[in-house]
Amino acid sequence: MKYDLVVLGGGPAGYVGAIRAAQLGKKVACVEKERPGGTCLNWGCIPTKSLLRNAELYRLLKTRATDFGFKFDNLAFEWSKIIARSRGVADKLAGGVEFLFKKNKIDYLRGEASITGPGKIVYKTKENREEAVEAENILIATGAVSRDLPGLATNGKTILNSHDAMILEPQPKRLIVIGAGAIGVEFAYFFNAFGTDVTIVEMLPNVLPVEDTEVSVTLERSLARQGIKIFTNTKLVTAKTNDRGVTVAIEGKKQETLEGDCMLVAIGVDPLLPKGVELKLDNKGFIEVNDRYATNVPGIYAAGDVIGPPWLAHVASWEAIQAVEGMFTDHKPKRVRVFPGCTYCQPQVASVGLTERAGKEQQLKFKVGKFPFSANGKALAAGEPEGFVKLLISEPHGEILGAHIIGAEATELIAELGLAVTLEATFEEIEATIHAHPTLSEAVHEATGAAFGLAIHS
Amino acid sequence: MPITIEMPKLSDTMTEGTLVKWIKKVGDSVAVGDVLAEVETDKATMEMEAFDEGVLTEIYVQDGNKVEVGQKLALLAAKGEEVEHASAKAAPESKPPAAKTGDKHDATPGQDPDGTKPAPEKQQPSSAKKEDGLDVPPSKEAAAAEPAAAGQGVQESRLAPVEPAAGDRIKASPLAKKIAAELGIDLSVVQGSGPGGRIVREDVVAAGQSIRPKQAATPPPVAPKSPASASALEDKKIPLSGMRKAIATRLLESKTTIPHFYLQAEIDAEPLTTLRQAVNSAAETAGMGKLTVNDFILKATAVAASRIPLSNAAFGGDSIIQFANVQLACAVAVDEGLVTPVIREAQKKTIVQISVELKELASRARSKKLKPEEYQGGTITVSNLGGYGVEQFYAIINPPQAVIVSVGTIVKKPVIDAAGQVIPGQRIILGISCDHRVVDGAIGAQFLGELKKLLENPTLLLLL
Repeated sequence: MKYDLVVLGGGPAGYVGAIRAAQLGKKVACVEKERPGGTCLNWGCIPTKSLLRNAELYRLLKTRATDFGFKFDNLAFEWSKIIARSRGVADKLAGGVEFLFKKNKIDYLRGEASITGPGKIVYKTKENREEAVEAENILIATGAVSRDLPGLATNGKTILNSHDAMILEPQPKRLIVIGAGAIGVEFAYFFNAFGTDVTIVEMLPNVLPVEDTEVSVTLERSLARQGIKIFTNTKLVTAKTNDRGVTVAIEGKKQETLEGDCMLVAIGVDPLLPKGVELKLDNKGFIEVNDRYATNVPGIYAAGDVIGPPWLAHVASWEAIQAVEGMFTDHKPKRVRVFPGCTYCQPQVASVGLTERAGKEQQLKFKVGKFPFSANGKALAAGEPEGFVKLLISEPHGEILGAHIIGAEATELIAELGLAVTLEATFEEIEATIHAHPTLSEAVHEATGAAFGLAIHS
Repeated sequence: MPITIEMPKLSDTMTEGTLVKWIKKVGDSVAVGDVLAEVETDKATMEMEAFDEGVLTEIYVQDGNKVEVGQKLALLAAKGEEVEHASAKAAPESKPPAAKTGDKHDATPGQDPDGTKPAPEKQQPSSAKKEDGLDVPPSKEAAAAEPAAAGQGVQESRLAPVEPAAGDRIKASPLAKKIAAELGIDLSVVQGSGPGGRIVREDVVAAGQSIRPKQAATPPPVAPKSPASASALEDKKIPLSGMRKAIATRLLESKTTIPHFYLQAEIDAEPLTTLRQAVNSAAETAGMGKLTVNDFILKATAVAASRIPLSNAAFGGDSIIQFANVQLACAVAVDEGLVTPVIREAQKKTIVQISVELKELASRARSKKLKPEEYQGGTITVSNLGGYGVEQFYAIINPPQAVIVSVGTIVKKPVIDAAGQVIPGQRIILGISCDHRVVDGAIGAQFLGELKKLLENPTLLLLL
């Protein structure tokens, strides 16, 4: 039997692409070597959000219970149950994806796939049996895996990747985090909240280097207050493991040696390429695709982490939908341009569009509107006065070039601004929209006003 | 409840219209079907009829003013209502008063979820029909329908648009609108590439660039300032008529987005001239209308287009639309520019039918009385400048068509006959401009060859 589409990989690109093709009436199969949901659902976004929720609650009770008028003795936690809750959430959602496959009549094929020829796929099942399927179109959505430090492979005990870190038992006393992107920062926050002594080492000048500098600096101060040691502009010189853990030499303003029980390597990802076919790759080793997500081999498309950054689940899903609609409808696929990015430590960080830095580099004309949560009623009522909303409003037309939020629920608040950017709304539309009171979203409204000196509460 | 009368959209390219003249005055009673005013569109002057009865209480736009489609022109009140409204507010020049009591006319017309109301183009049955002049409560039927009316604004346009207005809303982002306004770009001619076909910044900028480089390259012409002419003559700035604007937009789009190529053939006009003289002298004797050279060319074009179907086609983005019928457009010069009335299903019509029909259409075109459906939907065009003594030229394709035939005058010149002798002859030069996306050189040549064959054996054209 020949499928209209066979998708390799069941993550946010793969399963979403498969479902969309099925919705379009196509005969679809999805080959996945582990279980559906991909890194995001099994070993990324979802289980870490579960861990971070634990961290947020524990930290709130531990450090601020008296602010809220709570009194109790012997606040304690069970590390293994924290991890078990996280795994439970992932299990539940993975089952959900399998259900969606059934519902959409997608053949879910378990095994590791390789592409043996045009439209030909072979996958090896758990029982080591080789099965062959044929497809008019192939979508490669095999994703990516954590990148190791050169010459220092992860071992799951002292040198960890994010996968290891989210099931790490027992809780380490001292953790060194290499890389202060979203993954590094989230794990640093998580372990620190439960009392691990955490040190972050980042080569670039700020944590969350892709974010607006003002946001990064605010976050650095907040994390430092929480007890995390941060070395920016600092590179790793050597790392040695020994029976006590790991010893790391770093070089920034000065040279130092750090000792830890373990070290988390969070320096990015490498693509997970399917075997059997020679595809044109970009200079970083990711699959090169054109505007229709087509690779250099006819009939083979690729989407998601495997085609390069930003390595984000929501971007991967969007790309897969674009690719599939391009294959089967007259929709002209679009490449990703504007997307939200979120980091789920506390305070949360979320952004869409350009940073102030990028706007200046591109010599754009814009106004900055900024409003602090300390002047927002809901934030005070919730006891979350930290952070701000910062908007870059283009001149002369007033479209939103970039939006940056740091504070409670920042990751939820960013949706409004993502919509604004997609709709090419100008500050006037946001200004003219009544935002419910009291909500954190009022700070977005006030930030548009602030750009023109019209914020009411500042 | 007063009814707002707005500038109707009378053709698919119309974005604004000129209120030429009000036929009714403030205070006049209006019955359904009465002509309220004359409106000039980009193509023709049309009569704007009333679709409700009542009294014309306010006129917001005076004779001779140009306004956008949808702009409020006047207010029609049911009898007995007019006093309240006429005195309510002195109407500003271009911005009529905002909605007053229950005057919710701003929703999209054409929506009628519960099916209790007639389509917006049709009669409005409810309280607008208070003929007795008293503020009587609406009938039971009207009362039931009223909530839908208030919510849906079913009463919006009293004037029947040629096409339902529901699909006419231009979807554009706020940013795109701002930039379009700044660049002076008409959004109705911009193709949207955003979600759901929405016009986004990129589309407007692209549309702007197709116009801009030209503007930059040719700055507005300024008369050379020679000292002698300084005080003598002044340059005149002529505001664009609706028709000139339409010509400017469409032909710029054609010439800049359609890959034109051109073919030309010289045709022996001797048999045509001889036949025409014979036919016309017979017609004169019989008291019938004469045939022009153009009639023969139109007939030949209709036949050739039906024989070479790819010449009677349009580029549809991801496909080519090959038309089943030859809708033959013929360029007619009028005072302000030109229109191209269409002879419908010309391949089925005799030369005499074509001749009679064109005469009638051309005469109404000159008096601007053509209806939109009479100049829209052509599939191939003939442009003839022979009457002006032009020997040869190439016309710009009339989009979305793929071929336009340009016809020169009959020229007497020495020709070489079959025996190799130089003899006096008559020649006519036909040119065609083709959209290469649809028509390749070989197809164009076949089409032109067919035209030549037919015109050099014109007797056939009387029989087909």
